Amino acid sequence: MPTEISNLDLNIWRGDAKGGELVSYRVPVREGMVVLDAVLWVQANLASDLAVRWNCKAAKCGSCSAEIDGFPRLMCKTSIAEYGASVTVRPMKAFPLIKDLVTDVSWNYEVNKQIPPFTPSEKDMSTSEPWRMQQNDVDRVLEFRKCIECFLCQDVCHVLRNHDLKQQYYGPRFMVRIASLEMHPKDVLDRKPLLKGAAGVGYCNITKCCQEVCPEHIHITDNAIIPLKERMDDQYFDPVRAVLRRLGPKSPK
Amino acid sequence: MSSAPYETVETDVLVLGAGGAGLRAAIAAAEAGARVLVVCKSLLGKAHTVMAEGGVAAAMHNVAYQDSWEVHFADTMKGGKLINDWRMAELHARESPERVLELERWGAVFDRTWQGRIHQRPFGAHTYPRLAHIGDRTGLELIRTLQDRAVHTEGVDVHMETTVFKLLEADGRIAGAIAYRRADGSLVLYRCAALVLASGGAGKMYRVTSNSWESTGDGTALAYEAGAELRDMEMVQFHPTGMVWPAGVRGILVTEGVRGEGGVLRNKDGERFMERYDQERMELSSRDVVARAINSEVLAGRGTPHGGAFLDITHRKPDYIKTKLPSMYEQFLKLANVDITKQPMEVAPTIHYAMGGVRVDAETGAATVPGLYAAGEVASGLHGANRLGGNSLSDLLVFGKRAGDAAAAEAKTNPKAATAKLDQREIEAAVSALTAPLERPGGESPYRLMAEIQDVMTRYAPIVREGSELQAGLEKIQELGERARVCGTGGSTTRAFNPGWHTAYDLRSMLVNAEALLRSAIERQESRGAHARSDFPKPDDAQARVNYIVEKTDSGMRVRPEKIAPMPGFLAQAVQHSYARYTPEEIE
Repeated sequence: MPTEISNLDLNIWRGDAKGGELVSYRVPVREGMVVLDAVLWVQANLASDLAVRWNCKAAKCGSCSAEIDGFPRLMCKTSIAEYGASVTVRPMKAFPLIKDLVTDVSWNYEVNKQIPPFTPSEKDMSTSEPWRMQQNDVDRVLEFRKCIECFLCQDVCHVLRNHDLKQQYYGPRFMVRIASLEMHPKDVLDRKPLLKGAAGVGYCNITKCCQEVCPEHIHITDNAIIPLKERMDDQYFDPVRAVLRRLGPKSPK
Repeated sequence: MSSAPYETVETDVLVLGAGGAGLRAAIAAAEAGARVLVVCKSLLGKAHTVMAEGGVAAAMHNVAYQDSWEVHFADTMKGGKLINDWRMAELHARESPERVLELERWGAVFDRTWQGRIHQRPFGAHTYPRLAHIGDRTGLELIRTLQDRAVHTEGVDVHMETTVFKLLEADGRIAGAIAYRRADGSLVLYRCAALVLASGGAGKMYRVTSNSWESTGDGTALAYEAGAELRDMEMVQFHPTGMVWPAGVRGILVTEGVRGEGGVLRNKDGERFMERYDQERMELSSRDVVARAINSEVLAGRGTPHGGAFLDITHRKPDYIKTKLPSMYEQFLKLANVDITKQPMEVAPTIHYAMGGVRVDAETGAATVPGLYAAGEVASGLHGANRLGGNSLSDLLVFGKRAGDAAAAEAKTNPKAATAKLDQREIEAAVSALTAPLERPGGESPYRLMAEIQDVMTRYAPIVREGSELQAGLEKIQELGERARVCGTGGSTTRAFNPGWHTAYDLRSMLVNAEALLRSAIERQESRGAHARSDFPKPDDAQARVNYIVEKTDSGMRVRPEKIAPMPGFLAQAVQHSYARYTPEEIE
């Protein structure tokens, strides 16, 4: 730990959709304290109605997302010791504010409903035998299944954050979701039309910001979005295939 | 106060809680044709199930061919010190393999054996390797799979961040519930023909716990207030291995998977002390035994610098640790600056799970009030005096489905309950009790009262209990009850996302749970499973086949013993049979 400090000036954004301001609270620092501890200390001692989401406090549920000194992070996983004598916590900017650090993330749940769920083949569904899969195949989707839905990637994605194109692009979280289905060893559904259409994978221009903020270290851009873009491009934008499609028999696949 | 305006929402089956049990119940009920509404305090997918790490126990015998439901049954009963509901334990052992395989067909991904079957890892007090898992994130996999299945099942709707504060009855059966929305404090009246409680445990009444803010025992309290019986409330599980340092992370779970993968416990002198407590099973003894062993070592002055034991997995290869225990590796590195591939972890017992809860019928999960069902941690019976690791996830699946099926059937037989006339005065009284703290800006802070409840339970109902201490704790809890009745919100009177106000309600649930725990613990004058008494250090034959039942009477809470019906012969034989020990060399 860099410096021993006894007090922390914690600036928390207080307010609602109508407006608000940063309010500074002085918090006694304990060894090993994380930002969420400090926020909850403020709630218990100085501001009983401070709105904040949290659950597991162990970086497993993805509830306590916020922007800490401007960087989207989980409050339960961010040590106070990383900062000096003061730190600023704001709510995620990409979503409508409810109150203080709590934002309305319901849009994400709506998007999830639009993604066709896991769909195994008829043959797999009709067999009474337990399925066999190899660890190698499982490992491929393992990374995507780690997602804790903290929505920090959605928060940092400039398509959603700066351009508010929520109607055009599902955002990185749901590219990961689609990848976890598309690369599932037993899934047979083709979600490429969805990727090209409503999911809008084309909007991503690979700035990799999402990957940088992911607390689960999922290689969102490298392992989910780029392969999905490639699959979509193969089907829709490959010039050779386009020619073959025109000349040859219907649907080369 | 006049009756507050509220929106009314109608459904067939109302499910409280969106963890594994609630979602599994919702899916079952909807597939049976019912309209289902799931109401949860947090966002969908954040429930405590995500914290389950090690795996889901199911006798699929993919790793040890000797395994069978009988052995799983016997392990569960022995772990529960035979006060389990044996029929629940039987159903659970028989049905969990099917429930796990079904989850896989819904898209869940598990680690594999070399033959491509679901891999199963060894775990405490399970005779054979039995836990289907994916790394150490099994709970997340389970909840994500159920979540996706539920939102894509026709007839299931979810109301997030909504807290139910009263169950409503009409004509002697459950007919609805009333809730507030956390975001704006508005009220919702739910009408239903059957209600499934799947609201989890009450770990928050202790200071050091692996549970989140949500685990305030709402379901047990709601059921109790509605007149349902509770059972085994003295039985709360201390998980042997919670983090101890730094202070801010104290209590966070360290998965039993660490010991399953070969982790070794040592005291400050480097001694592998489990040899003295359970020579045969060592670190993989049942949780009550390991937790008390660590506690004893600390009390004897052989604890680690921060008052725990060392848990060491460094003899395993770093890559193996990072693959099999990825979130543990990350958790210790980030939160404690400890690299578990190189250094031992420091661990100590942490409150983890309530074996007790709502008394339910084994087949259907029906509580003793008509129209009310319970599944998962809020229910009781399966785990008896001590829960085995991995049995909670299978519990959620097996009994979540059963409760959902039964609730849907109930809604079909008794559809009128959803429209029966409610007692308006009862609703008004519940609403004014809920909103009263908002009218007491100068009232005592609920956060402070919560901390005091935690201090009382931690001090007076610890891992090893004593009669007069329990009695003293009960008096303190009753005093706190009086103070909580007139508490404020901590100063603010807004209804908009006001956690102080929410906490004021949570106190009421916690106090019911705390009182039931203390009263039952006073009655059980013996040591059995998770319930250890220093003044009665031995098991007592007279209480060996007894559950303590908690019920609400006109004169307050009453606890009475109740005899457990004897097991049928074939189950008794399964328990008594001696099973061949597992030796990994035989396989693979």
